[in-house]
Amino acid sequence: MSSFSVTEPSNRSKWFAGTLVILYALITMIPLAWIMLTGFKSPSDAISYPPKVVFEPTLEGYVNLFTTRTRQTQEYLDANPPETWYEEIVREYDMVIAGPSKFGERFLNSVIIGFGSTFLSIFLGTLAAYAFSRFKIPLADDLLFFILSTRMMPPIAVAIPIFLMYRQLGLSDTHLGMILLYTAVNISLAVWLLKGFIDEIPREYEEAALIDGYTRFQAFYKVVLPQAATGIASTAIFCLIFAWNEYAFAVLLTSGTAQTAPPFIPTIIGVGGLDWPAVAAGATIFLLPVMIFTILLRKHLLRGITFGAVRK
Amino acid sequence: MTDTPAARAAQATPPNVARKIKGLSDRAIAWIFVGPTIFLLLAINIFPLIWTIRLSFTNFKANRINREPEWVGLRNYERILTDSDIWLNMQATAHFLFWTIFFQVLIGFTLAYLINKKFKGNDLWTTIIVLPMMLSPAVVGNFWKFLYQPQIGLFNYIVAFFTGKDPSSFEMLGSVDLAPWSIVIVDTWMWTPFVMLICLAGLRSIPDYIYEAAEVDRASKLRQFFTITIPMVLPFLMLAVLFRGIENFKMFDLVVQLTGGGPGSTTELTSINLKREAFEKWRTGYASAYAIILFVTVFGLASIYVKALNKVKER
Repeated sequence: MSSFSVTEPSNRSKWFAGTLVILYALITMIPLAWIMLTGFKSPSDAISYPPKVVFEPTLEGYVNLFTTRTRQTQEYLDANPPETWYEEIVREYDMVIAGPSKFGERFLNSVIIGFGSTFLSIFLGTLAAYAFSRFKIPLADDLLFFILSTRMMPPIAVAIPIFLMYRQLGLSDTHLGMILLYTAVNISLAVWLLKGFIDEIPREYEEAALIDGYTRFQAFYKVVLPQAATGIASTAIFCLIFAWNEYAFAVLLTSGTAQTAPPFIPTIIGVGGLDWPAVAAGATIFLLPVMIFTILLRKHLLRGITFGAVRK
Repeated sequence: MTDTPAARAAQATPPNVARKIKGLSDRAIAWIFVGPTIFLLLAINIFPLIWTIRLSFTNFKANRINREPEWVGLRNYERILTDSDIWLNMQATAHFLFWTIFFQVLIGFTLAYLINKKFKGNDLWTTIIVLPMMLSPAVVGNFWKFLYQPQIGLFNYIVAFFTGKDPSSFEMLGSVDLAPWSIVIVDTWMWTPFVMLICLAGLRSIPDYIYEAAEVDRASKLRQFFTITIPMVLPFLMLAVLFRGIENFKMFDLVVQLTGGGPGSTTELTSINLKREAFEKWRTGYASAYAIILFVTVFGLASIYVKALNKVKER
């Protein structure tokens, strides 16, 4: 049955709208597509004029990203034939692989700090959100606003005293220091989002459980937590993405052992300036997980980016 | 065991109720649950903020710990507020804020309006459009720098292709005229989807019957747009502007990677300037005062704005 509706757009306007939106989507994807392509170019293809769309793909960028290389004499090169495919790529420039680059370490730091701070923010955030949602807390609104307002500070402004504090406590450039810092930044998001999700779970479930003899704790982790699982998962992804992307604190408070990937990627230097294919390869590896998470998260995206203020 | 009435009553109590009594009171649980969060925020947000306020009245330099800092009163604040260079940074920030929000609202709303026409596959395309805003701003800034390269960059090539100019004749990041716009372009590319998503939620919140009623009253489509669509989306749009305003006032990572504040100080937004004072010139006391001024500005502007937003919502 087809019913006439005044609010249903006509086919022509649908077609028109669709064309414009798809056009925008394609244009907006050009920079991303370009950076991914550049990762598979040779350094000379990457900086050729006019920009090359068709080129011979190579894994040089990726090899350069993960290795450090040194130039060697012809005798040495002749005496030691390349053993692996990546060694062969490097040999074209009369070089040998000297060892792994720092990218792997930096990437691992990003993973450790990202997951560590996400776990901590979700753990603390879920408890606080549950309390705000279910119990009468004096000045609850003020506390919630206080938690949110900590996000309004420019990171550089916070970084000055944190820098001094961490220097005294020995937390500078440590994983623990960064995990605590990112947790403090993320917890406002976690509390606000999770409170929204827990508010949506009917109180009757827990009340029934309490009557059945559960304690509050049992009701909380046997009834509320499973119900809030989707909300907790999407909040966790938001926290993870923030920690993953963060740059200002990372660049100011870390330099070596705990440095994450964002401050590192732009500093990848090749022969004669920035090694763009290696930078592009690093960016691709770094951005891809976020894109996948974004697609998984698409239903809760709006909620996450507005701290739960807008729900679909 | 004594056989008092109380003991008998306790035995008679069903085990489940007894267990409930053994558990902590709700009030205690509430504080146990909220406590750690508040503690963490006090330790890593409020304590540092108080420390910053204290430092802002001194001439402390973080690279010289041994030198005893002197108490200088309000001199740091005075110097900042009368410094004409800082006003230039404020102007650069205002330019950046105004134009990014202008373009993001314009394009974001248009896109949301078009997506709300519910053409086939609109969900898929929405997800694709949203991708840029989830990425790391520092990495995005870094690869846009590559796109903006004068001779080899894709951006220059595409602009040259459509305008007939020589792609090496203009430098987006290197010229005083173009650099402020280059950062506006990247921020708009990245954050338009944010405004779009919020507008879309606003458009979808308008119930069909309002349009149906307007149709019955024979209101033209244009009139419906200005008397129904715009007013109903306005609170959402204002919320999007609030978020973008606060975020872009704090802007650091994207622009530092793109221009580093240059050329000269044309794109030196307040955060970048603050970083230079605090971590390059090591004028910690001065930078602390600067940080407090920025914080008060954001907080003040945001509070006024939220009041206006609430008024619009009530209407």
